[in-house]
Amino acid sequence: MNETTLVSLSLFILFAPLAGFLFTVLSGKKLKSAYLFEIFTISLVLISSITVLFVKLAYYTDKSIVSEIGWIDLGIVPVLGKIAIELGVMIDNISAIMLFVVALISALVHYYSIEYMKGDKRYNRYFAYLGIFTFSMMGIVLTHNILMMYIFWELVGLSSYLLIGFWYEKKSASDAAKKAFIVNRIGDLGMFAGILIIFITYHTFTFSKIFESIAAGVLPFNSEFWLSMTGILLFCGAIGKSAQFPLHVWLPDAMEGPTPVSALIHAATMVAAGVYLVTRIFVMLTGDAMLFIAIIGALSAFIPATIALTQTDIKKVLAYSTISQLGYMIMALGVGAYAFGFFHLVTHAFFKAGLFLGSGSVIHSMHHEQDIMKMGGLKKKMPVTYWTFLIFSLAISGIPLSSGFLSKDGILASALSFGSLTGYYIFAVTGFLVALLTAFYMFRLLILTFHGEPKDHHKYEHAHESPLLMIAPLVTLAILSFFAFYTMNPFDAQKGWVLSKWVTTPASVVPESARYPFMVQSGEVNHAEIHGNITHSVQYTEAMHSAHYPAMFISLFVAILGIFIAYMFYSKKKIDTDKLAGSLGPVYKFSLNKWYFDEFYQAVFVNGTIGLTLVLNWFDKYIVDGIVNGSAALTRMFSSISGFFDTYVVDGLVNFTAYFSGFVGIILRKFQTGKVQTYLILTVFSVLIIVLMYVNYL
Amino acid sequence: MQSLPLLTIITFLPILGMFLVLFFPKNNEKLIKIFTLVITSVQVVVAGLIWSMYDYSLGGIFSRESFQFVEKVSWINISGISWLGTIKIDYFVGIDGLSAPMVLLTALICFIATLSSWNISHSLKGYFAMFLLLDAGMMGVFVSLDFFLFYVFWELMLLPMYFLIGIWGGPRKEYAAIKFFIYTLFGSVFILLAMIGLYLSVQEVGADGTKVFTFNMLSMMDPKLYTATGILSPLNPSNLRFIAWLGLFVGFAIKIPMFPFHTWLPDAHVEAPTPISVILAGVLLKMGTYGILRINYPIFPEITQQLAWWIAFFGMVNIVYGALVAMAQKDFKKLIAYSSVSHMGFVMLGMASLNSAGISGAILQMFNHGTITAMLFLIVGVIYDRAHTRGLYEFGGLANQMPVYTGFVTVAFFAAIGLPGLSGFISEAFVFLGAFSVDSIRTITVISTLGILLGAGYMLWTLQRVYLGELNPKWSTLKDLDFREYAMLVPLTVIVLLLGVFPSIMLDLMNSSVNTMVDFIIKNQPLFSNLTH
Repeated sequence: MNETTLVSLSLFILFAPLAGFLFTVLSGKKLKSAYLFEIFTISLVLISSITVLFVKLAYYTDKSIVSEIGWIDLGIVPVLGKIAIELGVMIDNISAIMLFVVALISALVHYYSIEYMKGDKRYNRYFAYLGIFTFSMMGIVLTHNILMMYIFWELVGLSSYLLIGFWYEKKSASDAAKKAFIVNRIGDLGMFAGILIIFITYHTFTFSKIFESIAAGVLPFNSEFWLSMTGILLFCGAIGKSAQFPLHVWLPDAMEGPTPVSALIHAATMVAAGVYLVTRIFVMLTGDAMLFIAIIGALSAFIPATIALTQTDIKKVLAYSTISQLGYMIMALGVGAYAFGFFHLVTHAFFKAGLFLGSGSVIHSMHHEQDIMKMGGLKKKMPVTYWTFLIFSLAISGIPLSSGFLSKDGILASALSFGSLTGYYIFAVTGFLVALLTAFYMFRLLILTFHGEPKDHHKYEHAHESPLLMIAPLVTLAILSFFAFYTMNPFDAQKGWVLSKWVTTPASVVPESARYPFMVQSGEVNHAEIHGNITHSVQYTEAMHSAHYPAMFISLFVAILGIFIAYMFYSKKKIDTDKLAGSLGPVYKFSLNKWYFDEFYQAVFVNGTIGLTLVLNWFDKYIVDGIVNGSAALTRMFSSISGFFDTYVVDGLVNFTAYFSGFVGIILRKFQTGKVQTYLILTVFSVLIIVLMYVNYL
Repeated sequence: MQSLPLLTIITFLPILGMFLVLFFPKNNEKLIKIFTLVITSVQVVVAGLIWSMYDYSLGGIFSRESFQFVEKVSWINISGISWLGTIKIDYFVGIDGLSAPMVLLTALICFIATLSSWNISHSLKGYFAMFLLLDAGMMGVFVSLDFFLFYVFWELMLLPMYFLIGIWGGPRKEYAAIKFFIYTLFGSVFILLAMIGLYLSVQEVGADGTKVFTFNMLSMMDPKLYTATGILSPLNPSNLRFIAWLGLFVGFAIKIPMFPFHTWLPDAHVEAPTPISVILAGVLLKMGTYGILRINYPIFPEITQQLAWWIAFFGMVNIVYGALVAMAQKDFKKLIAYSSVSHMGFVMLGMASLNSAGISGAILQMFNHGTITAMLFLIVGVIYDRAHTRGLYEFGGLANQMPVYTGFVTVAFFAAIGLPGLSGFISEAFVFLGAFSVDSIRTITVISTLGILLGAGYMLWTLQRVYLGELNPKWSTLKDLDFREYAMLVPLTVIVLLLGVFPSIMLDLMNSSVNTMVDFIIKNQPLFSNLTH
């Protein structure tokens, strides 16, 4: 298969879901089985993506295949120079793997939804939305430039909006959809600002060209500071989309959407787009930017993990767990563990999608009950759901033989070696702490849901194992949660093909003075020795090596400890959790109320904005328009004054003149008798007077 | 074909139509409607013809040779009035990449507005006569190259608008109509004064070799043609070019409308019948920014350069202030009116960049805002026709009752928010790219991006309040769109989608003119300022 075919195939993967969307949304009203077209499309997409993955990895391992077409071309314009924007796809190993992950989970969710959504009044519409989501997500994965990424980024936001608000009759659903879109836009504003800086500096949006220019020493506003800022601004997009602190608040609310949607969008793929973005811009991140990213990641890993401990809604626990795991990935990228960050994205996508679909299976059979305090004992009723859920829980807790162990261990080892190289051990400490919390809350969830005695007998009686179409995706994902798909050595991911051959850390293009010191290559190093890690120094490789075992043992220890505590709390009931909650009082409440983020944002930002709008509206109505109406009133007043003046003074004068002349006329009329004698006398008298005056004058 | 006076046809066709409408029998309403529809359809066809023959490589702006479809005949010629000399006014029309998109927009919006006028209930004859006169006035403004002619059309369009709001409007129609009329007239006075000032400052060589004063806009752009003593001549030591620029700017800014001159807009919109709102927002507002680009920019390049920061500043105020005030509205139509204030701010911001990306973005935004806001007002009209109310809090759940309608609403709303894939995104992106490239207005640009966020806020909130949620049982009898409403919304939707995916269709049309304009301002700006010394 040649490159052109590969590109065509990837374009098919991109556009087929769009066709599915258009067909299904336009014909969905009339044609009851329109959704089948969407199912058919996604199946083709899955097959194509497997082909692309295989061909790319087998035949073009080290080649990045790019194909582009012109979109907007203003030519060479005055002042700005050349303005041309291309659309293009880039198939490298990362995007090929992502294509497969997205296609697979999307397809599984499509199949699963056939049963799960049965009976919904907007059944076809639902599948259409899945189609437009898949299209947008594939766009993010395939694009070769940052503007196009932003375009699809926003489109993903749209599909997320539509799917969260799918049951829009519920106020909570439409609220959540709106919140998700707007909170994401806050992050996107930052990303957009970053894109603007990129454009005015490099006059291109294409990743490879930007990186070439940075490598050649062209920096935004000629400063390393602004290079860091550009990286951080672009990363803001990831903060929004990957629900990182402080914009994480939309994701738990997004659970208002149908559960399969949560699995696809709000666990496995869309929220991972932020992580994917960071991998795309990784080479241009400076040390400062990476440190910022690591801090955000660590906070996002830790805070939600503490919240997940006390939540009782099965989906909310998983939602907080998702934020926490995404924080893990982001932190990994921040400490320079590019490959492990991406690897965790992949493994997490499978087991977290599995957890959500598993929870969907439970919710489905419990008649839409989501409170784990009302569940229990479902293990017997739903064996397949239970066993797969157990596998996913083990994977997310990082128990050996699972995929999660490999990626998590890698991240922890990186964090540890980062600590030994820079002295910032805080990331490693956070990592281990979060690992402990994760194991605890996951097994709390598992035990409360599937073990023990059923709490709601009525619902328990009705509970049943889900149909095949819902079970099969669970089993598929459970299988993919084993180590064997990624490496033959269950204890060392780096020995496996994914990390040794396919996902290798790219070389940084940032000026050496702006990098982490350990990412600077010292001169005499032989590249062959350190292949696969060319961006890192020898010290880093050594630190990784020595961190490997300690990290593994500590992570294993904390994971087992977490599971053990959960077992003692909820299965053996050695400790009364209610009492514990009571004695911890404020701490417990703080966690239960999600650190009061929502309340704080509501009070400050939402109410603040609404207050401002009211004030400005008042200002507009009474001041701005007041001046307009006031000047109109003033004009009218002047006009009535001048009207008065006109009537009584100007016209008065006129009339007075008229009256006066009339009066004079009346008097003078007396003289005009028409008799010659009178005139004669008057003439004589007049002449006399004139003569007298003349004499007098002389 | 090239020899046909297409611009005269497209401008005067509606006037011809108006006279014919006056002869129609009063009670044959259907005939009047269909006749108007035919007129506006022919106008669309002519616009299409113009577009198909348009040469993309010609720049226009300042040279007569690179304008297209030019017609120039002597119109008024009074010789020998004492010291004034000869008064010579030409009928001089032509288009370039700046006006061509506006001509297309006007033809399109008038056609859509005719469809939307179908349920105007009383005095149809008068309504459509006024409507057609308005159409001609708008078209005339966009094709005129003689300042006097421009001014005549500018005023010509004012009168029918006054009556259309004042007679066929809502409860407070008289107030709104007079406010619109006086406000615009107030601005026109400044334009008139500046126009006379320019006239008395520029002389071109007449046919007989003598120098005559001229209203020719293109001559006003040539620093060599200014007389030494002209009041607006850069050679005159006490030249008043700065004041003249401000006068013109205020006159045009009222039309945009720019803060703080915007308060006539919500009143006019709320009271105007739907089709008139569509025209008002779709075309009329663009005249403000068009006037600035056509007149202030090339005739006063040095002042424009000097005051560009303020254009950007007021653009930012429009964007942010408009969006915030929109968010506080309880009346659907008023909300859309304020969103126009916000969106026109993007046009100003883009213009202020004085570079190709920004100005392209601004003109594209003028076109896109025309189509998107037309859709939004039609959308309000659809429920107002059915429910006779526009209170945002009185609805809810219309998505279930009117699904197809809600589909169009979603497209229009997201286009207004600037969602990529729809037309609004490209123009906003270009505005930001252009403005961000300029050091002096970079901070303003960054603050303006808040508009994107606030826009999403009020639009999605409206979507939620009116269309999502449980259906208010009061509205359970509302019908979904009928054929006529489809015919109004489908073309606009297609354009919004098409320009979202293939923005080059429009960008290429305006590109050479935009570049010419930018070039012209850079080159002529020193010429105008140096002459003083």
